[in-house]
Amino acid sequence: MMLQPVIAPESPGTAPATPVLEVSNLTVEFPTRHGTLTAIDDVSMRIEPGEILGVVGESGAGKSITGLAVLGLLEAPGRIAGGEIHVAGRRVDTLSEEELTKVRGSEMGAIFQDPLTALNPLFSVGAQLVETIRLHTELNKEEARARALHLLREVGIPAPEERLKQFPHQFSGGMRQRVVIALALAAEPGLIIADEPTTALDVSIQAQITTLLRRLCKEHRTGIMLVTHDMGVIAETADRVAVMYSGRVVETGRVEDVIHAPQHPYTKGLMAAIPSLHDRVETLTQIDGSMPRLNTRPSGCAFNPRCPVAGPRCRRDRPELVAAGPNRAACFLHDGGTQ
Amino acid sequence: MLAFLIKRSANAIFVMLSVSFIAFMIFRFVGDPVELMLNEQATQSQRDELRTRLGLDEPFIVQFGTFVTNAAQGDFGISFRNQQDVLGMIAERFPATFELVIVATIISLVVGIPMGVITAIRRQTWYAETMQFTSIIGVSLPSFVVGIGLILIFSVWLGWLPAFGRGETVDIGWWSTGLLTHSGRMSIILPALSLSLFQITLVMRLVRAEMLEVLRSDFIKFARARGIPARAIHFRHALRNCLMPVVTMTAMQIGGLIAFALVTETVFQWPGMGLLFIQAVTFVDVPIMAAYLCIVALIFVLLNTIVDITYAVIDPRLRGAEK
Repeated sequence: MMLQPVIAPESPGTAPATPVLEVSNLTVEFPTRHGTLTAIDDVSMRIEPGEILGVVGESGAGKSITGLAVLGLLEAPGRIAGGEIHVAGRRVDTLSEEELTKVRGSEMGAIFQDPLTALNPLFSVGAQLVETIRLHTELNKEEARARALHLLREVGIPAPEERLKQFPHQFSGGMRQRVVIALALAAEPGLIIADEPTTALDVSIQAQITTLLRRLCKEHRTGIMLVTHDMGVIAETADRVAVMYSGRVVETGRVEDVIHAPQHPYTKGLMAAIPSLHDRVETLTQIDGSMPRLNTRPSGCAFNPRCPVAGPRCRRDRPELVAAGPNRAACFLHDGGTQ
Repeated sequence: MLAFLIKRSANAIFVMLSVSFIAFMIFRFVGDPVELMLNEQATQSQRDELRTRLGLDEPFIVQFGTFVTNAAQGDFGISFRNQQDVLGMIAERFPATFELVIVATIISLVVGIPMGVITAIRRQTWYAETMQFTSIIGVSLPSFVVGIGLILIFSVWLGWLPAFGRGETVDIGWWSTGLLTHSGRMSIILPALSLSLFQITLVMRLVRAEMLEVLRSDFIKFARARGIPARAIHFRHALRNCLMPVVTMTAMQIGGLIAFALVTETVFQWPGMGLLFIQAVTFVDVPIMAAYLCIVALIFVLLNTIVDITYAVIDPRLRGAEK
């Protein structure tokens, strides 16, 4: 279980592999009676094989919506209004629902927040695994069952033969999340969207699940999009991180760089808000104000009302992602100044 | 499972005792049975003799004990009106009602469940809206109007189906069935249809409401994320999670239909228990009413037990709870 994660450095000179996920200029809108709300505004990201991209942000920043948009599971009236999504080199945002169904599960898997409700309570774990496996592979019933056993063993479930016959309610939360992961892995998809996979779990179980995700990612060269609001999970698990704020990516870079050298004022605020174990503090640091609602987003940079260094240009123009130190940040501090 | 069965049986016995107490009380409140059974010219000694013979001079509790003991052995006494064995009369009529109700229930499930699923997953389409709208008519029309309407169309105008009666029947032991003969099958269509129309609506609306609820749940979203095709999601994953309330309601409705198929049986002159009961009420035939009450209660108790067992079959979580 306790495999120490090793980050394989990209060896220079080799041709870059097809990214498992490439999102370019994605825009997601929710038409409502009071006008169209833009939940995701011009977001781009890519995930290489065997890489974990942490997508972090407050509730409502659009991180889950991004994941759902990739899976094609946006709930009506939400819709992709612009941009492209490529999974393993294949464009998926224009596929019909029928074609998408074939891609889901086989090319991309998903892990959701609450393992207690993600499994159908009326079917045994084995039945759900075999169903998924047979859907995406040519295996017959016996072979699918053998693969189900193998998957349960792989995600660290003891006594898999007995567990296969059991129903979801006979599993603990952490064990259920392992089953969910096994289901996501059923057809060995190249990409897994993990939406808050540890949020509903105990802290001690969280660590086991993140370690498991990391091991599977490295062993199978699976790309993982790890959506969470928990900077700690990102720090332990992800290779790269994208910080989202109000429907946009405001900073992106390698995890160590973003954590130790944040460039965007929002990321700096986030990092400052993490309480340290070593220093005694009386009051917790926080970023004043709250993220704007979708219908009250200010013009210019959405962060400007809360930003300690905002200038007139921040209220006028919208910053784009540019090189900022070791990272990329969407802030005029790194793009010609805020005046 | 054993503890569950014992508990269930204890409950059932309690319910049956209460009901038979009520049934027994009917005898006492309806008036002196001796007065009812003898004519006005009977002498006092004749009256006393009958009273002793019927055990009516015994204390209340002993009489009740005798009633329960006899009822438990299937002896509900003799009909006041035609001096026949009450249980025999009911046994003669019960198969007709039971077959009618079962056919009506099957129709309502076979038609109602798919309609419920369709109206839930195709919410905005014209045919789903039409079904929704038509179903309101289904609930609002009283069943005698439906019955008369069906007779008018299919028997009088089209002449396809018989307007009344049960057709030919075949005896299997004491059970006389109409389902094995052609005329019997033709005869059951109209009454079963008129009885099931309301049920179809009820099942459809219940399934629709449950489906909409279940389709919002996380495991459906996760099933979609696993790439399960829409058909399997709707009919395998979602529908099965909707079935518990449908089972409950169907069982209660079966009980209700058996007890209250009166109207339909009257309209179609169906020789069932309802018709028997109506006649019993008309002639104050207390033993039949009492027996009817007890048998209907027994049917409800049995159905409830079947429902509880069905729950465990559908939902594994309840299986665990009983072990």
